[in-house]
Amino acid sequence: MLHYILKRLLSLSLSLVAASIVIFLALEVVPGDPAAYMLGLNAQEDTLQALREELGLTGSIFQRYLSWAGGLLVGDFGVSYTYRTPVSGMIGDRLWVSLPLALYALTLSTLIAFPAGIWAASRRGSAADASVMGVTQLGVAIPNFWFAMLMVLVFAINLRWFSAGGFPGWDAGFFAGTKALTLPAIALALPQASILTRVMRSSLLDTLGEDFIRTARAKGLTKGQTLWRHAVRNALIPVLTILGLQFSFLLAGAIIIENVFFLPGLGRLVFQSISARDLIVVESVVMLLVFAVIVVNFAVDMAYAWVDPRLRRRR
Amino acid sequence: MRLGKVGTGLISALALSASMGLAHAKSDITVAMQLEPPHLDPTSAAAGAIDSVLYSNVFEGLTRFGPDGSILPGLAESWEISEDGKTYTFKLQSGVKFHDGTDMTAEDVKFSLDRARSDDSQNAQKALFTGIESVEVVDPQTVAVTLSTPNGSLLFNLAWGDAVIVAPESIENIKTNPIGTGAFRFSNWVQGDRIDLEKNTDYWGTPAKLDNVTFKFISDPTAAFAAVMAEDVNAFVGFPAPENLPQFEADPRFQVLVGSTEGETILSTNNKLPPLDDAKVREAIAHAIDRQAIIDGAMFGYGTPIGTHFAPHNPDYVDLTANSAYDPELSKKLLAEAGYPDGFTTTLKLPPPSYARRGGEIIAAQLRAVGIETEISNLEWAQWLEQVFRGKDYGLTIVSHVEPMDIGIYARPDYYFQYDNPEFQKLFENLTAENDPEKRSELLKQAQEMLSKDYVNGYLFQLAFPTVANAKIKGLWVNQPTPAADMTAVYWEE
Repeated sequence: MLHYILKRLLSLSLSLVAASIVIFLALEVVPGDPAAYMLGLNAQEDTLQALREELGLTGSIFQRYLSWAGGLLVGDFGVSYTYRTPVSGMIGDRLWVSLPLALYALTLSTLIAFPAGIWAASRRGSAADASVMGVTQLGVAIPNFWFAMLMVLVFAINLRWFSAGGFPGWDAGFFAGTKALTLPAIALALPQASILTRVMRSSLLDTLGEDFIRTARAKGLTKGQTLWRHAVRNALIPVLTILGLQFSFLLAGAIIIENVFFLPGLGRLVFQSISARDLIVVESVVMLLVFAVIVVNFAVDMAYAWVDPRLRRRR
Repeated sequence: MRLGKVGTGLISALALSASMGLAHAKSDITVAMQLEPPHLDPTSAAAGAIDSVLYSNVFEGLTRFGPDGSILPGLAESWEISEDGKTYTFKLQSGVKFHDGTDMTAEDVKFSLDRARSDDSQNAQKALFTGIESVEVVDPQTVAVTLSTPNGSLLFNLAWGDAVIVAPESIENIKTNPIGTGAFRFSNWVQGDRIDLEKNTDYWGTPAKLDNVTFKFISDPTAAFAAVMAEDVNAFVGFPAPENLPQFEADPRFQVLVGSTEGETILSTNNKLPPLDDAKVREAIAHAIDRQAIIDGAMFGYGTPIGTHFAPHNPDYVDLTANSAYDPELSKKLLAEAGYPDGFTTTLKLPPPSYARRGGEIIAAQLRAVGIETEISNLEWAQWLEQVFRGKDYGLTIVSHVEPMDIGIYARPDYYFQYDNPEFQKLFENLTAENDPEKRSELLKQAQEMLSKDYVNGYLFQLAFPTVANAKIKGLWVNQPTPAADMTAVYWEE
């Protein structure tokens, strides 16, 4: 087990180094001078040059990569070109919105998907199964930004139960913060829950067809006992994979939802920074997301090993 | 008798609640706008969003723009101009304090102007200060600005957000903690979400009527609509979805103010790139464009047609739209005369705003109708700046020039239009040297006509500025003589 973990950790660090090089180079070749963007149409050449020097845009690509990557190692993400504040602080602030939002959505989607998937699988072919399949089909098909707007229309504009968007900050209290994240979390969770329900259902159906289930039933366990004691745990592996993917997606991919609800999250920060050519912010956030994806994958791998002891022994 | 008592009681109760109502008149406001300022120093970035939040609310200059674009005294109470037009002596308002409690004196004015025009200045509008030879402190309340040549635009230039007065003591942290002299002081900034201002109780001038102002930043047009409808925000300045305005107009909860801006929206033309270097070709393009169709199709009817690079609300404006009236037949004839009977192909590079993207499609269709094919490419702002503005690698593009009174860009042959007309340059020189308002007005009119007759660019429309607000809010600026959401005179009507 220890050997397995060490091997995974090594490949994890190599991936991070490779990602940092690719991200840096990819963004450095993007056209657009951050100084020109900031100073606009009337700026004079000497003014632009003064700003470029202050932003550290005058060195060679190699020098700039080393200073950026070196900073990352000690947790220093540099200073934003446009906001002129440390990037780490900005990311930290935004994480306080995006991370709870992702967790909230993930929790909702799991709470819906697990029971729904198990229920549908255990009643295969019934009307209940058909309706779960129908609803999830719809859930996968509906774009989440459209669903988000629909919810704003109903719950914010007509019923006035929620704000149309914005985030009061956790200073305003746990309840206020959670309330502000509720509609966005539901919008994000809906398609995720639909996918997860379908995966849960089909994975469970596969498992239920296996020999050991028949054996268990032959030994006298009831249908329910077999389901809960043997089938569900074995059906979890593909579900965990999807969950892991969904978490990284939720953290990074909430850009549209964060725009619809004007939440000050990580996705919106990336969006703004790209259009403002604030490359150092884009690079750092993307790097952080890569890190999150890799760590989540690592955690999912560990979870596989926990769910299925065979995986542990094989390696 | 008894009824009378009850009646009196009722009346006094009503009076009491009414007076309580008055005492509790709303004094807070939440104002939304589309773009968030990148930082809070108006003197070192071109972002209009910085001025939108801070102009006149937090920072003030020697002069300032009034809501109608006139130049009013600001921190300078009055001024005298020397005989030769080269020295301006400003008398400063007395008792002005910065928000950190320090006094605002002539030293601060000298510091601000010297900083803006210094060699390592990061002022995006440094050109406003060229020609200032020296800034001298006469006494703590008096400052003398000496120019190398007379400049009739100095008072106007000093009204810009880029020329506000800052203090050396607070300059280091100005980007995150702006310290000005305005009627509001900065209190809090939650990046990505909002900026809070609070009333400056030590303000030297007319105090603000509001106690707190919160600016919220909502970039998505659909989200903007939802936020106003749900009354999460009390006002949205520069509302980004003109298609929704009729709905707000029909709703008694709201008022819609449609003002004018300094934004001349033009089909910028590369005057050095063949065949656009031929004035006849440019004239043909001008006559091929149906402005009203663009205003209706791209801006849902909001916008004023223009025929030259000048704001229609300016007293010196001349309506020259007739010079380039929509006439596709004339356009085809002109093309044939210029030697392009079958038309030609050029590029049309569009920046992100919807006036450009939507307007570009319509213009492309209109040009196609007279035989001019355009290859459309959609660019991001940074790319547009690099390729079109700095690289001059384009045939046509659409952009709104939002700087106030910027007709002077046509006197710069290296500007991206590459319009090089010595006659215009001379005219502009005379204008700059002129202090007499009447003569200036005459020269400005001449300048407008020259541009219109040279068909330097396709002149489309003046960008409208829609504000949606709660019906009870008074005192908002309707027009945008400079990017500003001036809250100093805003109040809730009960």
